Amino acid sequence: MAMFLIGVIGVVTRRNVIVILMSVELILNAVNINLIAFSRLAGSVEGQVFAIFIITDAAAEAAVGLGILIAFFRNRETVLGDEMDLLKW
Amino acid sequence: MLDLIVFYFFAALAIISAILVVTQRNAVHSAIFLITALLATAGIFLQLQAEFLFIVQIILYVGGIMVLFVFVIMLVNLDVALHQMRFRRQAWVAMLIALVLGLHLAIAIYVGRTGLPLASSAAPASVLQPNTELVARALFSSYMLPFEIASVLLLVAMIGAVVMAKRRV
Repeated sequence: MAMFLIGVIGVVTRRNVIVILMSVELILNAVNINLIAFSRLAGSVEGQVFAIFIITDAAAEAAVGLGILIAFFRNRETVLGDEMDLLKW
Repeated sequence: MLDLIVFYFFAALAIISAILVVTQRNAVHSAIFLITALLATAGIFLQLQAEFLFIVQIILYVGGIMVLFVFVIMLVNLDVALHQMRFRRQAWVAMLIALVLGLHLAIAIYVGRTGLPLASSAAPASVLQPNTELVARALFSSYMLPFEIASVLLLVAMIGAVVMAKRRV
């Protein structure tokens, strides 16, 4: 739970998008720990199955997020979240 | 007893390195501490008798995703970012969100605590179960459809990442 909250704080406060993505990974890991702990408590492996799906999603999310980041850096020369304001008017 | 010591060791390691991930100035240092946090998480998985997840965590996260992160850090030059402000000026928003979410989780744990079949139904630690086989059985029997959907998701993510990183469409 503490790891989850640290991840949330990291997502909201950091300016560097790479670190924001790392914080998202922290959040997903915290969720995984919970799922596996409860699956151990309940004595079934279904929580571990869900944890595998979450790891898959995390891999996909990291790949797409970093791809977007590279494309953005090529266009705008910045990795700071608060300078990504193309959609603002 | 040893079980508890191992758990608290890995949990403390994970939390400390998570704090360091968020507070480090250099993104490379953040990545290294993220590796530590992920390895500590893998240790917790092993302590919880999820051996398959332990291996998957190390191979996929530490070996795969972190390499991706480090590559992107190398591609994107961060020398400028070192001299700039690390945090945005919305710390109070972050604290508020974290407080609300933390309260939510605490209430959920407090309310649901009595409903849990605590420890009584948990598998005895001495019995060695074929963890990988159990996971595979569940994955390929009752969770067949989500498994296939996950493979489609990975394909979509792969195509998306390639298209994003291409120079000219």
